[in-house]
Amino acid sequence: MASMRDIKRRIKSVNSTSQITKAMKLVSTVKMQKARRDLETTRPFFNIVQNTISSIMSSTKGISHPYLEQREIKKTIYIVIASDRGLAGGYNNNVCKLALEHMEKGNKNDIEVLTIGRKARDFFDRRGYKIYNSYLGLSENPQYSNAREIEESIMQLYLEGKVDSVYLVYTTFKSTIEQKPVLKRLLPVDNSDFKDESKEQKRTLMIYEPSPEGVLDYIIPRYIASVIYGAMIEAAASEQGARMTAMDSATENAKEIIDDLTLHYNRARQAAITQEITEIVGGAEALK
Amino acid sequence: MANKKTLLKIITPEKNFFDEEVDMAIFRTIEGDMGVLPGHTPLTTILSIGIIKIKQGEQEKKATLIGGFAEIQPDRITILADAAEWPDEIDKERAEAAKRRAEERLAIKTADINIARAEAALKRALVRLELSQYTD
Repeated sequence: MASMRDIKRRIKSVNSTSQITKAMKLVSTVKMQKARRDLETTRPFFNIVQNTISSIMSSTKGISHPYLEQREIKKTIYIVIASDRGLAGGYNNNVCKLALEHMEKGNKNDIEVLTIGRKARDFFDRRGYKIYNSYLGLSENPQYSNAREIEESIMQLYLEGKVDSVYLVYTTFKSTIEQKPVLKRLLPVDNSDFKDESKEQKRTLMIYEPSPEGVLDYIIPRYIASVIYGAMIEAAASEQGARMTAMDSATENAKEIIDDLTLHYNRARQAAITQEITEIVGGAEALK
Repeated sequence: MANKKTLLKIITPEKNFFDEEVDMAIFRTIEGDMGVLPGHTPLTTILSIGIIKIKQGEQEKKATLIGGFAEIQPDRITILADAAEWPDEIDKERAEAAKRRAEERLAIKTADINIARAEAALKRALVRLELSQYTD
């Protein structure tokens, strides 16, 4: 049995760990609330962009546009959104694994990865994937301008024919305790994304200035940027949610360990007292 | 038609900028300035960098609109902008600095993409400076 002093030292160390995890939980709770607010304010923008594309698609059948065209897929780029920091439970691992699973279906040489967050970069770098670009330091507080920057660079690659399809992998925020990694195809634009809404909408005769193609030309990049931005916001909220849950259970575990150790400590103390008494009684007995 | 109003919504990725009933909205599209009154034909158009004038009765409000597009229906106008600001939200010094930077960059001509970008930056700065005059 460990000595009383050893147990006491362990209790102290576990206690200070639990204080850290508790503080981290509080911090991520606050950050998550902010991220959730951001999520609420970006949704209307995204929804309206999507609705507009749907209505253009439904009112102008047979429109041909490079972004919508299906071409033979040779090169693929994946945008993977994870976090810069760890200690968020399975958050980083889950999203990277989902991307990896999908990538393993294709040829490694035809794949490039654009990563957001240090953890994603390290994950794919270690596995020998080609990193096209990596963004650090923006996963916690994403800005729309960051999303535009990413969108512009991938659009250029796509139009130049350097990549033939673009996938986005990120974590959706379902609730504080549930986050789900998802994979979404960005380019060529998936028509099925728009069909559901267009059925409900009554067909109005809309004029497009300068032309339907011109409007699509402009709106599709916006749409892509808003999808990326939305994904970044969702990922930021998910990261905090995951960290909060992870830290909550870490604090719980620390509490359990402390309880356990305290029990051991008390037992050791009692054993020591009992032994002392026995010794005294034994000594007194011998003197008689 | 006399006192009919139209609902104007201006939404940017970061926030709902404006959501009120208005009498008329005038803004700049890539094909020139455009005034929209209630009962307009359905129209979708692309916005340029410019100023939007919003008329509500006797009042007229002005704001910058940096890119985006507008979807016009007879009873509502929805504008999705990349950015929008009221005059008092504009940082004059920052806009001045941006203007100078863009002008410098235009003076030294490099790759085409940079020129397009610098021109857009210059336009943004000019519009912001123009609008910031209205605060006084």
